[in-house]
Amino acid sequence: MIKTIKYYLKSYLFLELLKGLSVTGGYFFKKKFTIQYPEQKTPISPRFRGLHALRRYANGEERCIACKLCEAVCPALAITIESEQREDGTRRTTKYDIDLFKCIYCGFCEEACPVDSIVETNIFEYHFENRGENIMTKEKLLEIGDRYEAQLAADKSADAPYR
Amino acid sequence: MIETLAPYVPWLPEELLYLIVTLIKVMVILIPLFVIVAYYTYAERKIIGYMQIRIGPNRVGPKGLFQPFADMFKLMFKEIIIPTNANKYLFIIAPVLAFAPAMGAWAVIPFNDTLVFSNINAGLLYILAMTSLGVYGVIIAGWASNSKYALLGAMRSAAQIVAYEIAMGFALVGVLMAGGSLNLGDIVNAQAGSMYNWFFIPLFPLFIVYFIAGLAETNRAPFDVAEGESEIVAGFHVEYSGMTFAVFFLGEYANMILISMLTALLFLGGWLSPFPSLMGDSILWLFLKTGFFMLLFLWFRATFPRYRYDQIMRLGWKVLIPVTIVWLVVEGIFVYYNVGPWFA
Repeated sequence: MIKTIKYYLKSYLFLELLKGLSVTGGYFFKKKFTIQYPEQKTPISPRFRGLHALRRYANGEERCIACKLCEAVCPALAITIESEQREDGTRRTTKYDIDLFKCIYCGFCEEACPVDSIVETNIFEYHFENRGENIMTKEKLLEIGDRYEAQLAADKSADAPYR
Repeated sequence: MIETLAPYVPWLPEELLYLIVTLIKVMVILIPLFVIVAYYTYAERKIIGYMQIRIGPNRVGPKGLFQPFADMFKLMFKEIIIPTNANKYLFIIAPVLAFAPAMGAWAVIPFNDTLVFSNINAGLLYILAMTSLGVYGVIIAGWASNSKYALLGAMRSAAQIVAYEIAMGFALVGVLMAGGSLNLGDIVNAQAGSMYNWFFIPLFPLFIVYFIAGLAETNRAPFDVAEGESEIVAGFHVEYSGMTFAVFFLGEYANMILISMLTALLFLGGWLSPFPSLMGDSILWLFLKTGFFMLLFLWFRATFPRYRYDQIMRLGWKVLIPVTIVWLVVEGIFVYYNVGPWFA
């Protein structure tokens, strides 16, 4: 009996509806969390996995020794490597292609690399305009590595204490 | 207005002058209405955004203020696609049918004592007729689209309108009993005196029922089963694009403003001032009251989840209609015993 009266009072006085309205009404005045994207950006972790790059040593020698560990570990089969012996007797890649359409940005290649050659930068805003541009060739990867070397080195050293 | 214009254009036949003056009056009502509708959509996106801790549109113009125009131009230049095997004539006519009554109803809305386009005696009846005509647009759109989602939306809309039209009509009967007139201006004037004389006090349940039925009538959340985004895509207007869709949109928002203004007129004393010492009766009070209900429309949409179809039917038939009938009887007793300042 009391229960029924309570139920009818509750539904006919719109108590629950008013409670709901007060919640949304309260949120109306709360501070907004929106990030104005192109102008503002969220902070990026040094472990962020974006566009790939091939790094060089400080003397300009490319790091990659064509061990093909990255190719082997790649779960999406996005990496294709061909290698040859260079005149000085070291093994170097002649072809190092990453298909960005296949790549799932898991970062396994970066983990597998014994010489920290293949890395993933924190670049996440890029696009293709023509067919075929999704294949990152060795030249393109090295170029990215050269351009962002300072950032990459900083990210690596920032993450070093944790690995 | 004709008398003041006539001396300047003596060569114009009087009938033509009358027509021109009428058209000017129509424009004076409709153009501000369109502008308000445009900015009402902007306000909706902003307010709902704010309630979801977002900031809403802010890219087009300062603070996103030109967003409605961007939307309008986009809709104007989009292609109108008529589905295969759709009934072409009905398909094109349906948005107009939904839109025209929403505009037509504004003819009898009084903005203050003298400012009314057509001061007819059966104003309330006319409003009731016009607002219920709008649903034909929805039903025809759903049927003519030759799409299962649209048809489902139309069916839901039809059932919903039947249920809520009755509750709405009964609520208006209550106003009619209290006001003693079908003329909207007279109804407002019957509430003159103070805030205490306004009809929302003796007719409080009817006031609530009227606004809820108004929400259902305009197919707004939480009664938007006819549109039902997550269940039936967009309901009756899935197949509409470009300008035909824009016309539906315009009609819906004009209807929302109309319901808000009617609630303000019928229950909150329209242009009558709540604080006569602060400011006398003014059209601004009417706009303020209307604005409050327009805000409620948006607030409800940001707050309440959509009713299930059977819940809508239950609320309409088993709650709202009994409440109105009971309150009409109570009101009859009030009238018989001349209760309070309202039925004296």
